[in-house]
Amino acid sequence: MAKPIDQYTWKDIPIGCVVTEAGNAHEYKTGDWKSQRPVVDKDKCIKCGVCWVFCPDAAIYRTDDGYYLANLDYCKGCGICARECWTGCIKMVEEEK
Amino acid sequence: MKDKRIGMEVSIALSEAVRMANADCIAAYPITPQTHIVEHLAELVADGKLDAEFVPVESEHSALSVCAGTSATGARTFTATSSQGLALMHEILFIVAGMRLPIVMALANRALSAPLSIWNDHSDTMASRDCGWIQIFTESGQDTFDQTICAFRIAEDHRVLMPTIVNLDGFTLSHVVEPLFLVDQELVDKFLPLYKPLYALHPDKPITMGAFGMPEMYSEAKKAQDIALRGSYPVILEVWKQWGDLTGRHYHPLETYRMEGAKIVLFTMGSFGEIAMEAVDRMREKGVPVGLLKLRLWRPFPFEDIRQAVQGLETLAVLDRAISFGGVGGPVCSEIKAALYQQPKRPRIVSFVAGLGGRDVPPEQFVEMVEQAMKMKGKKKTEEFTTIGIRG
Repeated sequence: MAKPIDQYTWKDIPIGCVVTEAGNAHEYKTGDWKSQRPVVDKDKCIKCGVCWVFCPDAAIYRTDDGYYLANLDYCKGCGICARECWTGCIKMVEEEK
Repeated sequence: MKDKRIGMEVSIALSEAVRMANADCIAAYPITPQTHIVEHLAELVADGKLDAEFVPVESEHSALSVCAGTSATGARTFTATSSQGLALMHEILFIVAGMRLPIVMALANRALSAPLSIWNDHSDTMASRDCGWIQIFTESGQDTFDQTICAFRIAEDHRVLMPTIVNLDGFTLSHVVEPLFLVDQELVDKFLPLYKPLYALHPDKPITMGAFGMPEMYSEAKKAQDIALRGSYPVILEVWKQWGDLTGRHYHPLETYRMEGAKIVLFTMGSFGEIAMEAVDRMREKGVPVGLLKLRLWRPFPFEDIRQAVQGLETLAVLDRAISFGGVGGPVCSEIKAALYQQPKRPRIVSFVAGLGGRDVPPEQFVEMVEQAMKMKGKKKTEEFTTIGIRG
C-alpha cells in the first residue's frame, strides 16, 4: 500500500474495496497484535527446534549458529513455543517490559 | 417489431429482455412465482438462442454466490428469485453490493412465510431493503420488460457499478399475459454496449476482491458505498431518458397521475398503481380532488422528487404492502414521513396497509382509503397505520 491504512479517506478507497496490488499481504506486519513476546535463554537452549515445529504462524526461524528465535514482526505472542519447549528456555515477557 | 403490440406473459417478456441484453451467466433456483422466468431462460440457453452459462444451483444462497463469482470475472450476470429465496440470498445480497458487482436480479415479489404464502406482497423485498442494491419497482408488463434492459445499463455504468433489483409483483405481473411492444435487437445492442468491468478477476492481472476491512477502513468503505448508491440517481435518470428517446416510453423515479388541482393524493408502489388510477378516475368523475403518486425508484430514494410532488397537498394516503411489525407500520410510509419531516409545510400523511399475501385491493378500497384519510382531518391522534380490507 502506498500509505498506512488509517490515512485513506472514503474517497481514496478503490471501488468495491478491490486490492489492485497482488501479494501485498507481506507488507502487513501482524506481530503488533501480541501482548507478550518470547525471550530465549541461550544457556538452556539445546537447539532441538521443537518451538519451530509447533509455532502455528511459522514465525520462528533458525539462526546461523543453530538457535531458534521468533520474528517479532509476525509472532503473535501465543506462547505455544514456551509451553512446548522441553528445557523451559523460552519465557513469555509482557510487551511493555 | 417495435411497432407491433403482442400478447406475452410478463415472465416470458422479462426473460426475452435478458436474452436481448445478451447475459453471459444466469444462476438461479426455481421458486414460485419466479419460476417461469428461469424456466424460459433455461430453454433459451438449451436451444442455443442465448449464448450463456446457465447454472442450476441447489439453493438461492448458491445462486447469488455463483453470480458473485461470474460477475467478478466480468460476465454480465442475471438471477431471479422470490420471497424465501431472497431471504436465503440475504447474506450474499450485502456482499455483492459492497463488492460493487453489477448483477441484475428480477424479484417476483411474494409474501414471506409463516403462514406459508406463495402470493404477492412486498414483505420479501422490504426485509432486504438495506442491502445496498438499486431497487426499481415496475407497474406493468411493458414496464418490466423495459426496466430489465435498463437495469443492466444502469448497473454496469462505471459511475454506478451497483447490483440492481427489478421488482415485479408476483402473479399480478409475473403470470399475466399483457399486450406489449418488444424492441429490435439492434436497438438493444446500441443502447446496451458490452459490459467492460472496471476490475475483473483474471490470472494475468491478479487482484483481490472481498478482502477483510479493519476497523480503520470499514466505516470509510460504508460511507463510500452510500455516497455511490445516492450518486447513481443522475445516471438512472440519464439511462431512462435515453431509453425514452429510443422507444418513446419515458420513466421517472416518481410517476404522477391526475395531480392537477389535487388536494388528497394516493401513493403506491408496484402494480397496484394501475388499480389506483382506476379509483382516481372514478373519484374525479364525482369531483373529488384526488391524484396519484407512484414510486418507481425505491433505492436510491428520490427525496427531492417526493418533496416537490407533495407541495400544496392537504393529505397523502400511502399504501404499503408490508408491515414493519411492532414499528411504524408501512415501510414506504415511514420513509415518506422521514423525507418530509424537515419540511416547513407538509401534508397530513396517513399510512395504510393492504394487499398482504395476495389479497386483492379493488378500486373501492382505494376510495375507502381516500375517505378515511379525509376523515382524519382535524383529528389529533391517529393510529400508526390503518389496515384496509381486513375482517374484524
